[in-house]
Amino acid sequence: MDWDWQYSGDILPDLLDGLRYTVIATLAGYVIALVLGLVWTLLRRTPSRVFNQAIRWITEFIRSTPLIPQLYFVFFVLPAWGITIGSLTAGIITLGIHYSTYTAEVYRAGIADVPKGQWEACTALNLPRSRVWLDVILPQAIRRVIPTLGNYLIAMFKDSPMLLAINVAELLFSAYQVGSKSLQFLEPITMVGLLFVVVSVISSILVRRLERRYATN
Amino acid sequence: MPPTESDEVGPGGVGGRPSSESTDTEPESPTPKDSGDDAVPKGEGVSTEKGDAAAAPLPRGEAPGIRFEKVIKRFGHNVVLRELDFTVGPGERVTLIGPSGSGKTTILRLLMTLEKLDEGLIWIGDETLWHMERGGKRVPANQKHLHEMRKQVGMVFQQFNLFPNMNVLRNLTEGPVRVLGLSRDEAVERAKGLLDLVGLGDKIDSHPSQLSGGQQQRVAIARALAMQPRVLLLDEVTSALDPELVVGVQDLLRDIARQSDLTLLCVTHEMTFAKDISDRVLMFDGGQIVEEGPPDQIFGEPSEQRTRDFLQAVLAS
Ligand SMILES: Nc1ncnc2c1ncn2[C@@H]1O[C@H](COP(=O)(O)OP(=O)(O)OP(=O)(O)O)[C@@H](O)[C@H]1O
Ligand SMILES: [Mg+2]
Repeated sequence: MDWDWQYSGDILPDLLDGLRYTVIATLAGYVIALVLGLVWTLLRRTPSRVFNQAIRWITEFIRSTPLIPQLYFVFFVLPAWGITIGSLTAGIITLGIHYSTYTAEVYRAGIADVPKGQWEACTALNLPRSRVWLDVILPQAIRRVIPTLGNYLIAMFKDSPMLLAINVAELLFSAYQVGSKSLQFLEPITMVGLLFVVVSVISSILVRRLERRYATN
Repeated sequence: MPPTESDEVGPGGVGGRPSSESTDTEPESPTPKDSGDDAVPKGEGVSTEKGDAAAAPLPRGEAPGIRFEKVIKRFGHNVVLRELDFTVGPGERVTLIGPSGSGKTTILRLLMTLEKLDEGLIWIGDETLWHMERGGKRVPANQKHLHEMRKQVGMVFQQFNLFPNMNVLRNLTEGPVRVLGLSRDEAVERAKGLLDLVGLGDKIDSHPSQLSGGQQQRVAIARALAMQPRVLLLDEVTSALDPELVVGVQDLLRDIARQSDLTLLCVTHEMTFAKDISDRVLMFDGGQIVEEGPPDQIFGEPSEQRTRDFLQAVLAS
């Protein structure tokens, strides 16, 4: 089996097109994961015990079930209840929700890491609850977890091929399509691997940079 | 029975303060007429008018007294304070001494509402800190009551506890703007006045991490004063400092004590400092007062053996 450079060149645009969807899905899903994760974390700190436990079990459930069944659920089951969404949207939402249960843990740890003295200083200054969170606790907590959150971006990127299960035209899906047309899989699948490596390396460098920047105060 | 029937209005004038009591949201636009939260233009005592923020950063006038009435505080099965009774007069300066674990910090933390009261009453002025009146009955305080009562109290911590995500200026303006409803300009002016007072006028844009321990503690003192408390709590504020920085902070506190009318509760192991700063010394052991009196008496000729032992131990260290 020889590498066909001509063929590689021909399919590259298709693959890049797929990569575009991969990146879109990852980034959009990431935004959802960042925001929703914080929402989970804050909801778990409400005064109601019952409510907190409910949130805890919901997130626990989502975290401990695999992504593909979740994708199927959103894409194939929800329409039966009259909720129909496109495959890319479904993929983004599912990816975002799935990973929000991970980022929630990250935020939780970050908040727990803020020294007790910071809370006490807030009480001593009589700051209202909203200000305690917005001005003191969250800025410190989030700063601490930025590197970890960055790693989840890379993890999500690597999980994004699962979206092909619901026919999102992402990178692996495109490769599969061009491959099955010509029945030559070596080039497209290898190139998928290379493209993933390239993007991952670039993101890793960016994350490392964040890490260095936020490592210490 | 409150400890103070003293001058003027109900001490501290709690309740008479409009603006921003609700525990949420920003204070609606800080009104310029705002005589609101502090700087209440009231009789003598208040040493300045108008642009007072910068001019006289130290609170003067109408400090409330404090009274503990049969206060019990437990941590699990460990009873830390057992029916503790004591009174601190308005504007009085009291130093708490005693061996480790005797409950000194707990007393200050109860006053700052950092620990929950188990039983008994704590009076600040003529109001109870942990209880409020509801239909003629005394019920546990709600958040709003605590919020109002806390406005009178400020605390400086052993570990400074400055906000590391804010520069010095913001550390000093956060409370006045968010809690007292000062405008940004007023708050900045007040902050500058206080920074000059603590000798750090040039550090206004620094971050806490760029300051020495002594400087951080000065900023923390300024931050507490920016809220114009009537009661100031100092818990071993120099014991986390390098030895050469201790004196500077002590001198500052001495000046502040001299120039203000604050009711002061101070925990310290530094006897000279305690002598200088306090009107009275309370010696604690096992959550009870063993002995009390003027500093000269307690440090000079203590009558209790436990006090002698303690002083001996402190001197030895
Ligand atoms: N959060 C807490 N949980 C459990 N026990 C506590 C807590 N805080 C204080 N204690 C206990 O309460 C007692 C009094 O502690 P406190 O800190 O008031 O003593 P202190 O007089 O300030 O001592 P030190 O001179 O060492 O600062 C101690 O036995 C301590 O173990
Ligand atoms: Mg202590």
